[in-house]
Amino acid sequence: MVEAWRSPNIEILTLTEVTKVKGKPGNFQVTLKINPRYIAPEKCRACGKCLEFCQAITIDWFNAFLSFTKAIHLDFPQSVPHSYYIDKNACLKLSQKQPCEMCLSVCDSKAIDFNQKPIIKNIEVGAIILALGVGEQPFEILEKYGYGKYKDILCSTEVERLLCISGPTEGELVRESDFKVPQKIAFLQCIGSRDLRNNRIYCSSICCAVSIKQAILIKEHYPSSEITFFYIDVRSPVKEFDKVFEEAVKKYNFRILRTRPGKIYRKNGKIYIHYIDEEGKLKIENFDVVVLSIGLSPPENAQKIAKIFRIELNEFGFAKTESLNPLKTSRSRIYAIGVFQGPKDIHESVIQASAAAAHVSQLLKEVRFSSTIEKSFPPEDKELINGDPRIGVFICHCGSNIAGVIDVETLRDYAKTLPNVALSETSMFTCSEDFLNKIREKIKEHKLNRIVIAACTPRTHEYIFKNTLREAGLNPGFFEMANIREQCSWIHSDNPEKATEKAKDLIRMAVAKAQNLKPVKPQNISITPSALIIGGGVAGLNAALSVAEQGFRVYLVEKEKELGGQLRKIKFLISGEDPQKYLKDLITKVKNHPNIKVYTEAQIKNISGYAGNYKTLIKTDNLLELVNHGAIIIATGGKEYRPSKYKIDGKKIITQLDLEKKIFENSLGKDIKKIVMIQCAGSRGDELEYCSKICCLQALKNALQIKKLNQEIDVYILYRDIRAYGFYEKYYLEARRKGVKFIRFPENKRPKIIEKNKKLKVKVYDNILCKELELYPDLVVLSVGVIPHKERDFINLLGIPIDEDGFLKEAHIKIRPVETPIDGVFICGLAHKPQPLSEVITEAKACAAKACALLAKTSMEILSITAEVDIDKCIGCSICKNLCPFLAIEMVKFDKKKKAQVIKALCKGCGICASHCPVFAIEIDGFPISALLNQIRAFKVDFLEEQIKEVKGAS
Amino acid sequence: MNNSIGKVLVVGGGIAGIQAALDLSQLGYYVYLVEKRPTIGGLMAQLDKTLPTNDCSI
Repeated sequence: MVEAWRSPNIEILTLTEVTKVKGKPGNFQVTLKINPRYIAPEKCRACGKCLEFCQAITIDWFNAFLSFTKAIHLDFPQSVPHSYYIDKNACLKLSQKQPCEMCLSVCDSKAIDFNQKPIIKNIEVGAIILALGVGEQPFEILEKYGYGKYKDILCSTEVERLLCISGPTEGELVRESDFKVPQKIAFLQCIGSRDLRNNRIYCSSICCAVSIKQAILIKEHYPSSEITFFYIDVRSPVKEFDKVFEEAVKKYNFRILRTRPGKIYRKNGKIYIHYIDEEGKLKIENFDVVVLSIGLSPPENAQKIAKIFRIELNEFGFAKTESLNPLKTSRSRIYAIGVFQGPKDIHESVIQASAAAAHVSQLLKEVRFSSTIEKSFPPEDKELINGDPRIGVFICHCGSNIAGVIDVETLRDYAKTLPNVALSETSMFTCSEDFLNKIREKIKEHKLNRIVIAACTPRTHEYIFKNTLREAGLNPGFFEMANIREQCSWIHSDNPEKATEKAKDLIRMAVAKAQNLKPVKPQNISITPSALIIGGGVAGLNAALSVAEQGFRVYLVEKEKELGGQLRKIKFLISGEDPQKYLKDLITKVKNHPNIKVYTEAQIKNISGYAGNYKTLIKTDNLLELVNHGAIIIATGGKEYRPSKYKIDGKKIITQLDLEKKIFENSLGKDIKKIVMIQCAGSRGDELEYCSKICCLQALKNALQIKKLNQEIDVYILYRDIRAYGFYEKYYLEARRKGVKFIRFPENKRPKIIEKNKKLKVKVYDNILCKELELYPDLVVLSVGVIPHKERDFINLLGIPIDEDGFLKEAHIKIRPVETPIDGVFICGLAHKPQPLSEVITEAKACAAKACALLAKTSMEILSITAEVDIDKCIGCSICKNLCPFLAIEMVKFDKKKKAQVIKALCKGCGICASHCPVFAIEIDGFPISALLNQIRAFKVDFLEEQIKEVKGAS
Repeated sequence: MNNSIGKVLVVGGGIAGIQAALDLSQLGYYVYLVEKRPTIGGLMAQLDKTLPTNDCSI
């Protein structure tokens, strides 16, 4: 959020709605209505004084209506923009015309303006992305489960807020009726999802994971609580969900009931639920709290928005898109992402966001950088920098975060007494835009050439302050932070006096260090504007085409003779499109693209370099070619797993892919009257730990194809959970309507295949009938899982982590889902995780966006902290080279002597080399050895001197 | 094509909208990020922790 706020090229318009869209694709004219905030965000310092004095109390939307707030407030402490707003429906002056204006009189920064009116703003844009988010859950559905009628029935959004430490109860889950912590809690799944009665047949995809997360948090907080889940199927598209789920159920003893609740009512302070258990008996059980795990609704204004943008919605009220072009709406150059495109989790939403950016970048490549603002800095003020140290110290209140514990005024006066300190001041929020301006002014006014900020952590704020220095003509190296929040006020809130003393120490040490700081040199590294794509399956092809269409050179390497990978084996799609036609078109486009060079039957022999400048050796036949490229996309794909427990003979016992081929070639055979499909053959805790996500969809697809071919053929699907998540649920319904028989078996009783006298028998324990059944099929089809291809030696060369299941691991599952910890290397497709075709396509495009964002820069400024070797001092011992975890040090010959040299683009500035160098030849930017020694010496000088005196006196 | 405008409208300031805006700005486009509420962040800002890493969502 903060990153978006700081970008000069993102204009955040809050309280804003789109009222009109005119013009042609590529040149849309959009009218926006910006509603009044009644507070000027650039003036508001979010000090909270207005909140204190505001007289109008209202219900807090952000806390799921569980607590009160004032008419003037922030939704949450980290709100962006970080400015209060006035809820005009709650404000006494605005809603009731009462002469209140208390806030106006207490606001020191004069940020409040009751005269603000809505502003109409017209903009022109080349493309539009719709990320409308999630709608409210229809109350009429919740009401059917007693919500609103009985106390102690909560919905999952409410539980989310109650469990939050900054929520209405400071993280305590309490009953509405008696404010006591509940002992017995029931989670009811599929509320408003997979619900035929309410015409919401889709699965919301995320609720199973949300409930298990909430249950874990509850159990960790209240170990004695007893938690029961009412599930239909346990589903989640989250990569590591099964692992988390299975472990949690075992560890916390969660009770899983496979049933839907019947009657729900409240009696004697308890919530009663009637249900039919797995043995078919009616049970009545009471709980202290019941949680309704609500599904995801399309945004409530979807209809209106669809009309304004002239796009179509699907039958469920979400944006209508196609499975082979999953983000494109019915109107050119308008894309839908996130939950508006269909129910999904954060991981998938973030991938779609990047993929949509790739689409836009393809369309608008010719006008790239035509409308952006580049941040530039004035030249450095040499006279100022070369003068004697004049240190400016700024001490932050951080609202009450610091000032609530530490006496900041005392600190300010103390700092003035320290050597070379020319100015010492305090501020409410040092990071606020207006105070940053003030710092720039003070640098000029007082000729400050060293800045010390005593506030929070450099991790989040250092670069803002460093930029402020650069804007004032100072080198960013002349900056030091003293963390008096995380390392002082937060942890010593119980002892303000000593906390203030400690803060003095921290400031004195920072000032001491600042005396000896040295300037740092920003480095520019040029970027090779091309990408290497490894793997020519559907992921690699899509990534290649998108990068090429965005205007960059592509080297596409495929180990097989033909392009297409696994998709070549797919004959039908569950959504009806022709995958082979799609693939053929895609391959033609890739092969004919002037920006793409395709290498088939090729191998990667070596990869070296770093983000922006990689070198790769590609081997084909007997030819070796060295290519230079800035980014790498890995799409090495996967294949069907072969379980050892089931014998696949290719005739009577086959896999889903074999079956697909038979159906396509019409070679199923007339004698096949009964088909049994076995799900999770080898997956989900059997031989493979994980769920392969696509097998349920494959089984449904093939079952429907068979029924289309011949309605008379009996199809049985033996399953643990049918994971037809999102809109795929409709195919599950269709299969049931067409007469496909579903039999659920328990995890510990997997079906057995017995072959006797050339006849097949399948034994399966039916969970509903509670007995073992014997089926005599003519054909058994195994839904085997997906495993990644393992022929990929270059992975080790690059140092990309691999998860315990053999898939490539992303940098962060939610925030950086297609990136790896290695800069400039991105991952997609089955090599990353099992996923259906439409998600592979999206993920490939997301990788293309990330790669092109790097390539588009042409050069990269490296301002980060890196190591520097003093060649005169270096004795060439190689200790640093051997210790560097990032392989960022190489030994180079200078005048016939070996010397260490730092590869700046790889160096992360960890300091290991500097701390081990026996001759102190290595320094880290911003941490000169002399400055560090000064800082250490400044720690408790008086105390140390006294100690020394004592020791001397004693001797 | 050459008459296209290098600016993009993103409607919705939740995690998807924010990510799209960030990527577009990195790719060389100017972005209008439009949100109907007074702050960006959307549903994700209301979440306490997220699976499977249990990271704070803000």
